[in-house]
Amino acid sequence: MSWMLFLILFPLLPAVLLLIVKSVSIQKWIVIFASTLICAGAIGLAVTGIQGQPRYFGNGSSLVENLVVAGDIMLALIFLYACRRLPLKRCWIPLMVLAQYGVVVWYELSGRVPGVADYLFIDNLTIIMALIIGIVGSLITVYSIGYMQRYHEAHPHIPDRRGEFLSAIFLFFFAMYGIVFSNSITWIYYFWEITTLCSFIMIRYPRTEEAVRNAFLALWMLLVGGLAFAAAIVYAAGYCRTVELSRLVAMNKSVVMLPALLICFAGMNKAAQFPFAKWLLGAMAAPTPCSALLHSSTMVKAGVYIVLRFAPVLHNTAAGLVLAVSGGLSFVAGSALAISQRDGKRALAYSTIGNLGLIILCAGIGTHQALWSAVLLIIFHALAKALMFLCVGTVEQQTGSRYIEDMHGLISRMPILTIVMLIGIAGMFLAPFGMLISKWAVLEALAKRNPIFPPIVIFGGSLMLFFWTKWMGKLIAVTGRQPGRDKGIGIEWTALCGLALLTILGCALYPLVGHYLLEPLYGYDPMLSHRAIMMVAIMLGLMLMLPMGFFIHWKNLVHVAPYLSGANVADPHQFMGSLGSARAWSFRNYYLDKYFSEKKLFRGTLAGSMALMALMFLVANL
Amino acid sequence: MNPIFMIIGYILLAPIGGGLLMGLDRIITARMQSRVGPPVLQPFFDVFKLLGKQNLTVNRFHSYYLFFFLIFMMVSGAMFFAGDDLLMVIFALIVADVFLVLSAYSTNSPFSSIGAERELLQMLSSEPMMLLTAVGFYMVTGSFNVSAIASSGRRLIFYLPGIFIGLTFVLTIKFQKSPFDLAVSHHAHQELVKGISTEFAGPSLALIEIEHWYETILLLGMIWLFFAFNPALATAGALLVYFLEVFIDNANSRVKWELMLKSAWLVTLLFGLGNLLVLYFVLHIG
Repeated sequence: MSWMLFLILFPLLPAVLLLIVKSVSIQKWIVIFASTLICAGAIGLAVTGIQGQPRYFGNGSSLVENLVVAGDIMLALIFLYACRRLPLKRCWIPLMVLAQYGVVVWYELSGRVPGVADYLFIDNLTIIMALIIGIVGSLITVYSIGYMQRYHEAHPHIPDRRGEFLSAIFLFFFAMYGIVFSNSITWIYYFWEITTLCSFIMIRYPRTEEAVRNAFLALWMLLVGGLAFAAAIVYAAGYCRTVELSRLVAMNKSVVMLPALLICFAGMNKAAQFPFAKWLLGAMAAPTPCSALLHSSTMVKAGVYIVLRFAPVLHNTAAGLVLAVSGGLSFVAGSALAISQRDGKRALAYSTIGNLGLIILCAGIGTHQALWSAVLLIIFHALAKALMFLCVGTVEQQTGSRYIEDMHGLISRMPILTIVMLIGIAGMFLAPFGMLISKWAVLEALAKRNPIFPPIVIFGGSLMLFFWTKWMGKLIAVTGRQPGRDKGIGIEWTALCGLALLTILGCALYPLVGHYLLEPLYGYDPMLSHRAIMMVAIMLGLMLMLPMGFFIHWKNLVHVAPYLSGANVADPHQFMGSLGSARAWSFRNYYLDKYFSEKKLFRGTLAGSMALMALMFLVANL
Repeated sequence: MNPIFMIIGYILLAPIGGGLLMGLDRIITARMQSRVGPPVLQPFFDVFKLLGKQNLTVNRFHSYYLFFFLIFMMVSGAMFFAGDDLLMVIFALIVADVFLVLSAYSTNSPFSSIGAERELLQMLSSEPMMLLTAVGFYMVTGSFNVSAIASSGRRLIFYLPGIFIGLTFVLTIKFQKSPFDLAVSHHAHQELVKGISTEFAGPSLALIEIEHWYETILLLGMIWLFFAFNPALATAGALLVYFLEVFIDNANSRVKWELMLKSAWLVTLLFGLGNLLVLYFVLHIG
């Protein structure tokens, strides 16, 4: 209990301090101390809190309840303030704020919301989420100190308000811990909207025209989710007579189906699934730590977390099946669209959308094995994706470009960073690293059901394999001696190396996570059999031998220049043209625009996913 | 049988079996083209000769990636013959392939890199069918474990004819046979420059050849599973499929990647998924 309260409330302190303190060096120490404490708090919670059964904590005093109502009102005012300069034709954005908060606050003040016995709760899924938020989140926060310093050196025209940015990160911690610990959906709603506010603040940070436009795009799209959430509260309060998560989930499916679907809709909205994928793509306008945070440990993970919570309701229903199909659509479309992306961050964004789709697919199926793999996916995706974003952000600062083509031969320029990045990519798709273990578990779980779902996972997985491997290939092309570019990376190394280590450790320790955290939650899974663990261990051992090769000096190697049709010039980057002059050659990857470009796929996917969303609500009562 | 013996047997015998198959392949190919062809042992002579040559290299890393390519291929095959999870076998095979692609990329040579891209396209075309085959086995036998599938006693070929056709189709891609030998070919007439293996010479090239032997045996092992209820029939079936691949190889010339990708995915969806859907209805509803 005390750990929980600490984790929820403590982040508010640095958030306020960072707004007040203007000195950069003091800000730095506040961030380091606070994130270390949060990280320690999450570990402390895990050590003391692990056990099979969920535990509930009631408070009973109406004071806290009133505080949340006051918070709701304040949040509504902040949203309206943010919208104050919008043109009249976009007045529907503040109207959405008024509509949802009007109803919720009215319901709360008029006493229509039934009383809540247990406000907070903790179980193993909560602990896993708390660990992800605490560890990955605080590593990203530490990274952002170094990043923001250099960001402002490189962009002198952007006003330096880094205190505001760092403060928003800590507010994010507050909101995320609020979401995962709360048992009352009115509370979750309050924290839910704070994450919307935080992402709005962070995306808008550079104050460029693009950033402001994308911030409002994210705002209105996320408010649609908030609207669905508000509707769920009203329905739950009116018909189900409770707003407690634990009781709602245990209720008769026919009664609770509609609010569950509304909340899942809000969850998919927050997880940037199609048709809402656009806000996450726009969020790249913000400084990199923001993208890393949104994509890995916070925001989108809140979305899939809430869907996972309602998975027992969806299990074995038509609506759950439709939800799973729409997640599958996001998985395949996200992976396919990633192939045609030249911008590293954009490719990463599509891969996030895809992987979260896979998690939603698992939640929609809702068998124990599927949920097992969904949680594994959440863990490993958070680690590898945070690492990838931080790497691309660093590369962008060092070389001035985040385009995949410009990363050609990066291993010759920034060897250590490239190795860290390779670990991140391997973590995303290669056996035996985390994401692949999870995909393996997904396939084993889905093969038991009907044969529609395995092909979705298989095709999406093959598309991912394609785009990750070609990116990897770009990085490791050895272009010969070039000036090193990794000077000036300071405190960022802590986060980069920490996450790389965790990506590898996560793979080695998955049996422990499975045994202590997942087995009490969802029961035994064949992934924990000795055979499976041994196979993963053998392959991981082999993979870890890989870096040793770079220190072995092979004998009897005869070095030659690459073959360029028989007419090499002394410089291996040039060849002798037909007119007798030396010409430079260059090589670009395949992006297969003809089949996988946004122009070809985006609209169709949008239409398909909207149809699926409509269908999901239509079959709610089947 | 004890899995340890099977693993040792695979590591020691697969190259011999694979090499002999290659030799037969070359004789049959020669006969189809009205030539006499080399002796059966020619592939072994070639590899021994390659091993004795100078190790030409453009940088010191790429042969190291190739070494891992061979290791993961052996791990994949060993897991298959030890009777482990078929999905993991295929994933390990994918890792091996990824190492080949990385090795080609790391040379920073335009010809090698184009070969690497094409190898990736080949993987994109063939992986879905391979994994779907495993799902098909699971639907019939209730297990992904090779040992359980082999000893289930079910006549898999009758349950999964579409999967069988689909797998045979993508094996053309996996065996590097025409018309889908985009990344690299065994035939001189297909290429001016040798695709993905442009920069590999001497011992490195020998490594690729040996890997190919291991891979051939593993993939034919998957075909074997369809007929596992009768070992003699299974061996005949696997050899027949290989002969069919050689025949197709000689009867076609290389196609463009678009046709490969489209046709492979179409076959996967039509025969593979179609088979699974029909099977699902027969097993659960009929």
